[in-house]
Amino acid sequence: MTINVRIPTPLRKLTHDKDIVQAAGTTVQGIIDNLEKQYPGLKERLCDEQGELRRFVNIYLNDEDIRFAKGKQTPVKDGDEISIIPAIAGGH
Amino acid sequence: MREKHGFLIGLKCRECGRHYPKEALHVCEFCFGPLEVEYDYVAIGNVLTRERIEARAPTMWRYRELLPVAGEPTIGFQVGFTPLVRADRLAKQLGLREVWVKNDTVNYPTLSFKDRVVSVALSRALELGFDIVACASTGNLANSVAANAASGGLKSYVFIPADLETGKVLGSLVYGTNVIGIRGTYDEVNRLCSEIAGKYGWGFVNVNLRPYYAEGSKAMGFEIAEQLGWRLPDHVVVPMAGGSLITKIHKSFKEFVELGLVDKHPAHIHGAQAEGCSPIVNAFKAGTDIIKPVSKPNTIVKSLAIGNPADGFYSIQTMKQTGGCAENPNDDEVVAGIRLLAETEGIFAETAGGVTVAAAQRLVAAGRIKRDESLVLCITGHGLKTREAIDGKCGEPRVIKPSLREFAALVENENV
Repeated sequence: MTINVRIPTPLRKLTHDKDIVQAAGTTVQGIIDNLEKQYPGLKERLCDEQGELRRFVNIYLNDEDIRFAKGKQTPVKDGDEISIIPAIAGGH
Repeated sequence: MREKHGFLIGLKCRECGRHYPKEALHVCEFCFGPLEVEYDYVAIGNVLTRERIEARAPTMWRYRELLPVAGEPTIGFQVGFTPLVRADRLAKQLGLREVWVKNDTVNYPTLSFKDRVVSVALSRALELGFDIVACASTGNLANSVAANAASGGLKSYVFIPADLETGKVLGSLVYGTNVIGIRGTYDEVNRLCSEIAGKYGWGFVNVNLRPYYAEGSKAMGFEIAEQLGWRLPDHVVVPMAGGSLITKIHKSFKEFVELGLVDKHPAHIHGAQAEGCSPIVNAFKAGTDIIKPVSKPNTIVKSLAIGNPADGFYSIQTMKQTGGCAENPNDDEVVAGIRLLAETEGIFAETAGGVTVAAAQRLVAAGRIKRDESLVLCITGHGLKTREAIDGKCGEPRVIKPSLREFAALVENENV
């Protein structure tokens, strides 16, 4: 199945300036792998060398941080939407 | 001076290690990790000695080689070197032998530790050519940016949650800054400031100047070590909001050890938050380093009410690496902590200080800090700034006529 993925400004160079792209998969992991096929170079921006989600990259599935679901194994279904949002370094 | 020193090399991503020039940058464009200042420690080690530091003026700038400005500091040269108070009466109450209060309630000029970070950030902002500076703040930072910008002739904007304590709002307005109250939480203020920083190109001390700003907190740790007689304590309790201070205290100790200025010593660094907003403590206690943001902070401790702490992960690493713990006292304990510090040591701390004292009490009760071990409490802001928190909780004055007879009656009554 194919769902919409929102791309943040700093990554849009890789998606040819598209802010929303479509990707196929049944888990967040599958979606990331499919994004990499379509837009080479995107995966290394989201995941480290071990394949783990980078610490300052947040992925929201329908507004829920996947770290508090099943991480990259979180299942994805029709009509879901994923947002990739860099953590805001700031504060105090 | 720049050529002469050259201790500030550049910026480096804490996560992926990519290098960046020493400009107004704070996020790695590759992995979105935070950038941190890089120093030439070999060059610093060649010049920095205890004697050299001791010969300098009693301000935080006596450690200037370890603070990220290229030349001489231009704003806030008088900041820091606040008293480290031997707190024997408090120690007795806590059931400990050696307690010290690092008293930043009397920091210059705005009575909180934020003057340290702002002095660095604005000195660096001038070097980078900014003429407008700004911040997102829970109050203390706004006060400090407003005051130090005024003294340096910079225009400033400070962004705060609209419901802050009146002392903290007035404590910014008086300096003629632009105070923008946002109807929302601190985290919403912060998010807005990231957008504003991108659009207007101002020097936001805790956004695009953050790598420089954050280093200013190290001075509190340097001073603790020097004022203890060039040694590290067994324990330090540090309040956490965004979590930057605790990581920088740790860094300051590590730098002093690496430079041979103090002996290596296991200093346990403990973090404290208020129960009504304790995302870092909650994660630590749950044994994870993934911080679950608090969307609706609910505590009188507004200066620590950051639901999504930028340095939360690194704070947890600091506590783990140093064998520290995390505690989150409730608002009643916080008020009691403020009063205990005031009544035993004559130091009037803001709510964050109450958190620190109350957390220390819990740590002692839990056996984490033992009777014969030394403890330093980081007291970071003055109590007059958060009067509301204790209004009506310290008794009331007894009002009498200007009559000796009335006073005698009052005394007699109390002696019953």
